[in-house]
Amino acid sequence: MFSSATRTALPRTATRAFSASARAKAETLVFLETKGDSLVPSAANAITAAKKVGGKVTGLIIGKDEASVKPAVDRAKKMGLDALLVRTSPALEHALAEPTAPVFAELVKKGGYTHFAAGHSALGKNLFPRVAGLLEVQQISDVMSIQDENTFTRPVYAGNAISTVKSTDSIKLFTVRASTWEPAQEGDKEAEVDVKEAENVGPEWVSEELVKSERPDLATAPTVVSGGRGVKSKEAFDETIIPLADALGAAIGASRAAVDSGYADNSLQVGQTGKVIAPNLYVAVGISGAIQHLAGMKDSKTIVAINKDADAPIFQVADIGLVADLFEAVPELVKKVEEAKK
Amino acid sequence: MRPTPPSWLKLLVPVKRTVDYAVKIRVGPKGVETKGVKHSMNPFDEIAVEEAVRLREKAKDAIEKITVVSIGPAKASEVLRTALAMGADDAIHVETAEDQVVEPLAVAKALKELVGTESPDLVIMGKQAIDDDSSQVGGMLAGMLGWPQANFASKVDLDAAGKQVTVSREIDGGLETLKMQLPAIVTTDLRLNQPRYASLPNIMKAKKKPMKKLKPEDVKADFTPRLETVDVKAPPPRQGGAKVESVDEVVAKLKEAGVL
Repeated sequence: MFSSATRTALPRTATRAFSASARAKAETLVFLETKGDSLVPSAANAITAAKKVGGKVTGLIIGKDEASVKPAVDRAKKMGLDALLVRTSPALEHALAEPTAPVFAELVKKGGYTHFAAGHSALGKNLFPRVAGLLEVQQISDVMSIQDENTFTRPVYAGNAISTVKSTDSIKLFTVRASTWEPAQEGDKEAEVDVKEAENVGPEWVSEELVKSERPDLATAPTVVSGGRGVKSKEAFDETIIPLADALGAAIGASRAAVDSGYADNSLQVGQTGKVIAPNLYVAVGISGAIQHLAGMKDSKTIVAINKDADAPIFQVADIGLVADLFEAVPELVKKVEEAKK
Repeated sequence: MRPTPPSWLKLLVPVKRTVDYAVKIRVGPKGVETKGVKHSMNPFDEIAVEEAVRLREKAKDAIEKITVVSIGPAKASEVLRTALAMGADDAIHVETAEDQVVEPLAVAKALKELVGTESPDLVIMGKQAIDDDSSQVGGMLAGMLGWPQANFASKVDLDAAGKQVTVSREIDGGLETLKMQLPAIVTTDLRLNQPRYASLPNIMKAKKKPMKKLKPEDVKADFTPRLETVDVKAPPPRQGGAKVESVDEVVAKLKEAGVL
């Protein structure tokens, strides 16, 4: 086989297609998630995964009406897609599963798509199983890599094992783990956009009380600062972790110990039973690094650990480990990060 | 048939027996080694059972029955006993062969069949099983039944008289609140509640609670896997362990790595 250097030198199309027949046959539809009027960052990663299948790739954007998704459409059509579908209906405004899933199922069936992809975000996780139920296919969740048009790898047991599965379904429905795919870049080529009102919209839904936080979301944030038991109190958590997160523009996470002790909210727990994340930068402060915690963050690109116990297991996975008292090191780090940004 | 007041509701709680969350799993030549490894109820399902029991504690007589169901090998009955000890009324065990892989689609189909026979008003289940991490069954079942769904619930308010349920659900970047007419499906997130421990007297009582045994044929589900597992590997180990001496070095390394 090729050496890795040769392989990267090949044109993109040659590396992503598996065989001439696969290229001719596969037709992938990829749902592009939007928030407000723009694409969410992970949509670009989903496009890359869809292209890896080989064959034609069609994007799909949904919204209340054409105007509400225009910026997202303008961006998506330049991202190397072969075509872009926009389906609108007032009922699709919040992309709730009930009205949306029938629209998706119908599009896939009528369009003759062999593959349907989306990001493994809260939205993708909510929508896709319902579509899978309607189409009666076995969905493949959280895909990390694609070997051929039928064969996918995905993490099981909270990322402690990587499973390769071959699908026998005629339609492959899958969600992709954003952090393992490079985002698709904007180019000069523009995909043709087909805008229509959505057919077969399910019953409309009552949505209310959408609470939004200003801080980046833990599951998708590129940078995460987490505190553990070593932070010692809720006050200390707020005084050390929050300023560091602010300085880095990061989401806040916590270990189970910190959550159980009431330092941080349950929703911030990173680990096997909390959120499994893979940001570019993960800063673990006062976290020893129990296996359950590591399961939730060990795929992060760069891990920084600050802990006063030099033997803490977290140092075995940290790229940058600092043995120090967090109450001294963190404020100093905040100051220096802010200086570095200027 | 005895007369049933219109507000009496039935709850169905599917639970799964999984490798205990505290176990450090090992990947052998045939995949993840599960023989002789401690198993327990999937943590998210424990939360679902707890929520069902709490809903009844609040709604009292309005909830007629909480039925727990598990699809799996003989030992899955152990997690059903645990659920009964936590406060469920009766259990259904669809017993499969020891090594049978039951995919989420098959589980959803079997549950659809059971929904037909048990006619629950609300199905509460975990948002995902911690072994296959698929996070699919709730949505698939809702799609098959055409019922409304609220995944990743962090708060559930049941209006038994009005046959409505209001659910706050965790979404990326916040919470969303949905109001649904029953029958409906709710899947539970970690923050919904803190499951209780079953007390010894309740564990003893649970032994006397009814458990119906069914075979896969009884739920008309085809358990043939749609996904063939090609292989299972341990993830590549991480090269860590680089320690630095000062905060300045941390900042310098971060700049070097291009994250600052």
